[in-house]
Amino acid sequence: MSLFRRRAEKEFDPTQPLVATGNLSRRHFVSRVIQFLAIAAAVAAVAVLVIVIWAVVSHGAKAISWTFITTGYPTGVGPYLVGTFEIVAIATLIAMPIGVLIALFLTEYAGRRWTRPVQLVLDVMNGLPSILIAVFIYILIVAPTKKQSGIAAAIALAIIEVPLIARGTQEVLNLVPSHQREAADALGVARWRSILTIILPAAVGGIVTATLLSVARAAGETAPVLLIDSLAKGDSIQLNPFGQIPNVPVRIFQLSEEANPEGFTEAWGLSLILIAIILALGLSSRALLNRSKRKMSR
Amino acid sequence: MSIDDQTFDAQPSTNGRPLAPGRVRIRTEPLPGVIGAPAATESATESHVHVAPESVFEADGVGIFYGKKQALIDVSMRVRRGQVTALIGPSGCGKTTFLRSLNRMNDSVSGFRIEGQIRYHGHDIYGTGVDTVEVRRRIGMVFQKPNPFPKSIFDNIAWAPRNLGMRSGLKERVEKALRGAALWDEVKDRLKDSAMGLSGGQQQRLCIARAIAIEPDVLLLDEPASALDPIATGAIEDLIHSLKGRFTIVIVTHNMQQAARVADRTAFFSLETRGEKPIGTLIEFDETEKIFGAPRDPRTRDYVTGRFG
Repeated sequence: MSLFRRRAEKEFDPTQPLVATGNLSRRHFVSRVIQFLAIAAAVAAVAVLVIVIWAVVSHGAKAISWTFITTGYPTGVGPYLVGTFEIVAIATLIAMPIGVLIALFLTEYAGRRWTRPVQLVLDVMNGLPSILIAVFIYILIVAPTKKQSGIAAAIALAIIEVPLIARGTQEVLNLVPSHQREAADALGVARWRSILTIILPAAVGGIVTATLLSVARAAGETAPVLLIDSLAKGDSIQLNPFGQIPNVPVRIFQLSEEANPEGFTEAWGLSLILIAIILALGLSSRALLNRSKRKMSR
Repeated sequence: MSIDDQTFDAQPSTNGRPLAPGRVRIRTEPLPGVIGAPAATESATESHVHVAPESVFEADGVGIFYGKKQALIDVSMRVRRGQVTALIGPSGCGKTTFLRSLNRMNDSVSGFRIEGQIRYHGHDIYGTGVDTVEVRRRIGMVFQKPNPFPKSIFDNIAWAPRNLGMRSGLKERVEKALRGAALWDEVKDRLKDSAMGLSGGQQQRLCIARAIAIEPDVLLLDEPASALDPIATGAIEDLIHSLKGRFTIVIVTHNMQQAARVADRTAFFSLETRGEKPIGTLIEFDETEKIFGAPRDPRTRDYVTGRFG
């Protein structure tokens, strides 16, 4: 320290040319190394996604055809797509009202004392391995009824979706300016009417976004459907939710287990369809969120 | 109504009703203080133990705490019906805190606690059985920063009446409120436009129109012109003059000239050191001319003559 100060004092001369002095060059070097590492990490993350997509597209593209999408087992995957769509739709119908109500509880009713613990519970729930939820629903519904069913799978997926919807909705509800709640309160209108007519309409874009993201997540979850809804044949479209419903993740799993290389190509093809749907959902939800944020911050 | 009148022996108006929860009714009788409406009758006052006939608010020994911190101590004052009462004083003296406690807007602040009593037409505002939504339905509030809803001009005004069940004659009600807030001529051709497109001064008058659309008894104004330019401020002050008599108005203002221009009576709040920390309290409350012309307390004199820090 004293050495540094003595040197700095000796060298300090404000009339010198403005080049790096003292240990500034070393500090610049460290700064550049850290910057490089940060960029490399970001590039690696993007690269993984690009490689995965490239692999899926290159292997799966040749499997995609009109017959593949529209016919059932063994030539195509139509019933699986329809089935996944139905299971996820039911799951979302269950999860969305619950998730939005939890978010309303967090932002409008819970005091500081309750917000944090409930938030923590939601975050833990979000981190739960899906196999755990699958086993839970298996023991709760499948084992007692001795029957696999689409509705049981939908309930498991709903459990996965609830924390995502709740946290996403909470974030946009927090963006609704507090002075608008105050304005509504000061007019002597009951809270739930303000929520229904002022607060929720302002946040609707964000709620849709959170829901779309959770749909994307649920569509690809494999463990629940593998345990709870994996025995459907898939040669025709099954719509009865109390029966078994063929679905995409289970079909991908089955195809990749098959010995025949044709199956592999089909697994890639089905993965390609799934990843395309998920990417589309993710991107459109982003766009929606940006739009509603712009609207709110006006 | 008759049961309420017997039990609580109030003025011949809805304001005598206790602030208990109940379905909001459309007020059919004229507002108290409206020109032509019968004033509070003398006979009604005799059994009305606590309240002088003209008092809307009676504060007795009010102290307010936020957690452990005391923000206000020992405020006792009466707010008279149909008058404009101004609360002035330096920053942090608790005048806004006091204003917000009049319609329980402080309830949502964590750690808020009040001691003493605030009576509204004789009813303890913080008493048991009092419904805060009902309190605010009768005691409206306009805030420092204009806060219209992100809806059309019409829907801003119509929102509260709709939600309070005043659906009949909604158009007329909106027009009356906008005329009452001296905004009608400026917006009558664009009622469907977003309220966010109005200027700051227009937005604030819209907020006042929104508040008077449900015909409250009292209007609390929290520095309503502090975010506005002098011309818009002038418009707001004219508006306050025109609303005087129809509504009882309590206004917080930093601007002493404004208080002198609009208020019948003025309360001067300041910080007073009690124990270790300075706490806001009411120093002097009197006719506005007296506060500005011949204040009794030297601290009031120092403040109104600009000698205060």
